Amino acid sequence: MSHEILLKISGLRVRVADREILGGIDLEIRRGEIHAVMGPNGAGKSTLAAILTGKPNYEVTDGSVEFLGRDLLAMKPEERAWAGIFLSFQYPIEIPGVSITNFMKTAIQAQRKARGQEPMKAGDFLKLMKEKMALVQMKPEFAKREVNVGFSGGEKKRNEIFQMAMLNPILSILDETDSGLDVDALKIVADGVDALHTPETAAIIITHYPKLLEYLRPDVVHVLKAGRIVATGGRDIIDRIEKSGFEQF
Amino acid sequence: MIDHGNYIPTPVVSGPEVLQVRDGEQARRTILLQHPGDVAGFTGAVVGTDASLELIFIVLPGISAEIPLTVDLCGEHAQATLAGIYLASGAENADSVTFDIKMCHRVPNCTSRQLFNGLAAGSARCNFFGRIIVAPDAQQTEAYQENHNILLSEEARINTKPQLEIYADDVKCSHGATIGRLNEDEQFYMRSRGIPEEEAKVLQMISFVAPVVTRLEDPELIGRIEQEIQKLAKT
Repeated sequence: MSHEILLKISGLRVRVADREILGGIDLEIRRGEIHAVMGPNGAGKSTLAAILTGKPNYEVTDGSVEFLGRDLLAMKPEERAWAGIFLSFQYPIEIPGVSITNFMKTAIQAQRKARGQEPMKAGDFLKLMKEKMALVQMKPEFAKREVNVGFSGGEKKRNEIFQMAMLNPILSILDETDSGLDVDALKIVADGVDALHTPETAAIIITHYPKLLEYLRPDVVHVLKAGRIVATGGRDIIDRIEKSGFEQF
Repeated sequence: MIDHGNYIPTPVVSGPEVLQVRDGEQARRTILLQHPGDVAGFTGAVVGTDASLELIFIVLPGISAEIPLTVDLCGEHAQATLAGIYLASGAENADSVTFDIKMCHRVPNCTSRQLFNGLAAGSARCNFFGRIIVAPDAQQTEAYQENHNILLSEEARINTKPQLEIYADDVKCSHGATIGRLNEDEQFYMRSRGIPEEEAKVLQMISFVAPVVTRLEDPELIGRIEQEIQKLAKT
């Protein structure tokens, strides 16, 4: 039995400042699947993440993206979040003056409002915060810290997965979440992502290192090179990349 | 020998529009300008030995105001803290806000701190002129001044002019002035978490004025400021 299609990318071409970065991408992701997108620097991996989440200043010149049957490219970034898309940023942004608690409370209540749900009660919110911070081993005092301000690289990435756990997305895009992490932090992040994965959800894991994929075991692996998917297959592709790099594709 | 440069002593401010903080006293005032025609009610302050003065200026949208203020630190170990926010909506050319501040360190061992943060929307015009004058005898002075501004529209204008005139040689003084816009990377990050654009801007603006607003004690006034910021975010 095949699961429902979540994301369908067809013939997607993208320009940034007059340069074509993605030159015709086709990709289909179903519920329950984990896809890895691997490729060398400059292949267009982060552009793909940016396009899916609606980052400004990217121009789609051709193709379409559907998320649960809706035209994703016509939606604002916040509308995509309400629909269930989450991006773990490669470089998480610092927001001076806004605490993690306030940030998450605002995000959760906005999402609930957009979905026509009642606001979350303060007690339930704090309980959820505690539970999800523990999942990625964030110390409780981080709740009061300003978002990402003064965080180490590992703390920033853990904070991303914490937010993912709080928002409970349908499709998570992890953009180089493993870069700059030591072995222990990588394990914490991987365990967190693994714990959040269900038959109802899907993930796109963007990386150029195979290490994270040892933990998360993707169902499908794509190789992105010069703005095109040049290979798609199972986990055997990871072994091929480990052995001989991206040159072979 | 100290070169006193072109220090020209001026008389200490006096008159009915001058706050007197006598030796050892502590004075604290919040000046709220919210209706057209509202004024600070004073144009000068004299701070005596071991005395301290804290003034917090809140200029709400929809009014034009000119705020000249001279603070004379006349007794040793006097302290002055000036903080302020101005929220200029620039609606119908109503908002022209000008601060013209002179902080005069006349004797040794005094400290002054200034922090003014401004938001300018619509066709608002905001000016911040801040002079710190340290007299030749005022050694061990500490004087700091910061003025930060955010432009919320293409038409809004901010003019900030910090000036330091230091005639003593053993002092710690600094000033900083910035004019910028709301950070779009922060906005995208918040929106990617489902926070609507307008609410993201409100969060940014509230955090921008927070260093001043946290000095306030009146919850009603703090709530009022947040409401005004929400209105500004819609413009």
